[in-house]
Amino acid sequence: MPVNLKPTDVVVIGLGAAGGVAVLPLAQAGIEVIGLEAGTWLRPDDFAPDELRNNFRGWPQAVQKANREIPTHRTSSTAPASPRLLIHPMMNAVGGTTLHYWAQSWRLNPWDFKVVSETTRRYGASRIPRGSTVEDWPFGLDELEPYYDKVEYEIGVSGQAGNVKGKIDPRGNTFEGARAREYPMPPLRGTSFTEMMGDAARTLGWRPFPGPAAVSTRAYQGRAGCAYHGFCSRGGCHINAKGSTAVTTIPKAQATKRFSVVTEAHVTTIEVGPNGRVSGVNYVKGGMEYFQPAKVVLVASYVYENVRLLLLSKSKAFPNGLSNNHGQVGRHYFSHNQTGGVTALFPKRLNNWYGLPAQGVAVDDWADDNFDHGGLDFIGGGNLWVYSDRRPISAASMSTYGRAPRWGSAWKAFIKQSADSWNVSYLQKTTLPYEENYLDLDPAVKDPLGLPVCRITADYKENERRVSAFIQDKMVEWYKAAGAIATEKTGMGTMGPTTHAYGGTRMGDNPETNVVDRWGFSHEVPNLGVLGASVMGTSGARNPTLTAQALAWRTAERLAKNWKQISS
Amino acid sequence: MDDSHDPLISRRDVLKRVGIAGAAAAVPIDALAQATREPFETLTAAEGATLEAIVARLIPTDANGPGATEARAARYIDRALGGFLAPFLVAYRGGLSGIESYARTAKGAAFTQLSAQDQDAVLTDMESNKGFPAAGLFFNVVLSHTIQGTFCDPFYGGNANFVGWDLIAYPGVRLTATANDQRMDVSPKPTHMSAYDFSMFSRKKPDAR
Repeated sequence: MPVNLKPTDVVVIGLGAAGGVAVLPLAQAGIEVIGLEAGTWLRPDDFAPDELRNNFRGWPQAVQKANREIPTHRTSSTAPASPRLLIHPMMNAVGGTTLHYWAQSWRLNPWDFKVVSETTRRYGASRIPRGSTVEDWPFGLDELEPYYDKVEYEIGVSGQAGNVKGKIDPRGNTFEGARAREYPMPPLRGTSFTEMMGDAARTLGWRPFPGPAAVSTRAYQGRAGCAYHGFCSRGGCHINAKGSTAVTTIPKAQATKRFSVVTEAHVTTIEVGPNGRVSGVNYVKGGMEYFQPAKVVLVASYVYENVRLLLLSKSKAFPNGLSNNHGQVGRHYFSHNQTGGVTALFPKRLNNWYGLPAQGVAVDDWADDNFDHGGLDFIGGGNLWVYSDRRPISAASMSTYGRAPRWGSAWKAFIKQSADSWNVSYLQKTTLPYEENYLDLDPAVKDPLGLPVCRITADYKENERRVSAFIQDKMVEWYKAAGAIATEKTGMGTMGPTTHAYGGTRMGDNPETNVVDRWGFSHEVPNLGVLGASVMGTSGARNPTLTAQALAWRTAERLAKNWKQISS
Repeated sequence: MDDSHDPLISRRDVLKRVGIAGAAAAVPIDALAQATREPFETLTAAEGATLEAIVARLIPTDANGPGATEARAARYIDRALGGFLAPFLVAYRGGLSGIESYARTAKGAAFTQLSAQDQDAVLTDMESNKGFPAAGLFFNVVLSHTIQGTFCDPFYGGNANFVGWDLIAYPGVRLTATANDQRMDVSPKPTHMSAYDFSMFSRKKPDAR
């Protein structure tokens, strides 16, 4: 029998990007909150600038709970299982993957909320790709704007605004929706390389701009400005310049004394009472089983684990998994079309050894519906991004662009000259949900507790392939305009486990096609909320984290303002 | 850390000054290095010798300076096979024995005894998956680990005396990079420091294997 703990108001499962944000407005509203986190606290002196450990040995993910429950993947319901990843793309810790993420903190563009209606209006309904289950969001960007704003100021996002209250500023993204005010900090600095790329984009008639990042560019709320030391990708920040929830919203919530953190808590199921409401959470810590009763449960354990936890939590009222009486848990899943990139070789050294993936230059001219698709055979597009980031093992592992063998003296001569002369772009592209793509429980593969892991059944479809081909051509054009002497396109891969997973508990007004309502609460269980990108129904062409955080803040605020109604 | 007086670095400078080029010229250096090297920790002496010979051809010591031999890439791999890379140990045992058998069959001598040219021919066969079962896979594994061992933080036993980082002109670990350090027309001075030479990180070292 589990140990019964003292009841609390709210349990948040997972203290990463989303859960770590939601605890703050709740605690500030006077609500008692317990955060159950599978990982531990990590501190600045844990974040050594060590490429082998961070980028090749998957530290600290390698020792994590997540790593023992890596989702399986197959491309379709009749395909064999794909090779299983050895390291989970996400990590467990207080702050979760915000400790080592790239920290690119974009707002979605207005089109991303209205893909169906805007595509139908401009091109006709026949342009919605066949088999896609995409819906408009239940609201537009204007509804989310105040929450984007709150999170940007709370975690400290640096950037250059392109549209403040409708006033367009060509230094920023002229395609972004209106924002209420400027970013709290100026953008990360440019380098002579990013300036060279920006100049090349302008010669093509494009509109380059620096991207937004949850990285301080000056002292901000007691944290230092970025040191540009070059180990930000899969590395934590040794000076807390990265606005991880571990150093922003979580400690601020703790300071209210109404929020407490339980680390190394492995949540197994969410319990349902006789009235069909959730009554608390079962977890294992140090080999002991506990039951934490709560009036409200917020699930914030990333897309795969959110879906898995709901499906594992079977009860009389929910025989197919919690909040799954409409069969929607796991549906509308997709992993972001962020593969399919382009690399380039330049005839000179770029000195990209320092910097960070968020220190770069973006082009949004070919994203979303920012260009006419009338003569094209796809909808959506991609954001083009180049940046300053390089470390020695990956530098030496470069492509030889057909100019040298893979080893030996000729190879050595090539990398001596070229290891700092190549660049990798990051191309994030519109990705849609499809009827055939979904998550469920693997019938065979289990974690060490004997619980089935999440199974992904998903692959890119024609629209994603056409967007990729189009965007890769644009990137080649950009690199060539900047003087590249060779370019290479990299493959798209498939929809395996990823840092940019979406759906599975989609948000929408229709309970027949969505798990949570427009506020993030279950259509079937009024005191269960879901946080994270699992509620997102479209990806846009940019990183999901800030949107997941804005949504989390909004769900938490909804709960705080309607506490009596939701909690009883 | 100023390593201008380090014996290995000095020897490299000597190499440069006398303009030694090509693998044959590197043999006495190899012999000197071998004489002062500690025994292998995970592989047998024979396996280790084969591995040393392989990495010496993958990233040779030549006119462009020290290679995987001086970087101690084989030491890195040997240590890691007793730690993080332990799951690869069986593959290494099989692959190293496979390459020795193939060398005797195809070239009539142990791989370690072959000329550089014949060693390259054996490795080229391996790369195209010839010689023994899964030779191509093993080749790719050894190549990626040799690159790790040549360009990793020296804390792990490879990239000794920063020869790998110097080869590609990586200016090294800094805790702060200035705007000037990021200019295309600037080559910052190499720091020649391991991450764990910085006091901030020296108290929480990971497993070096």
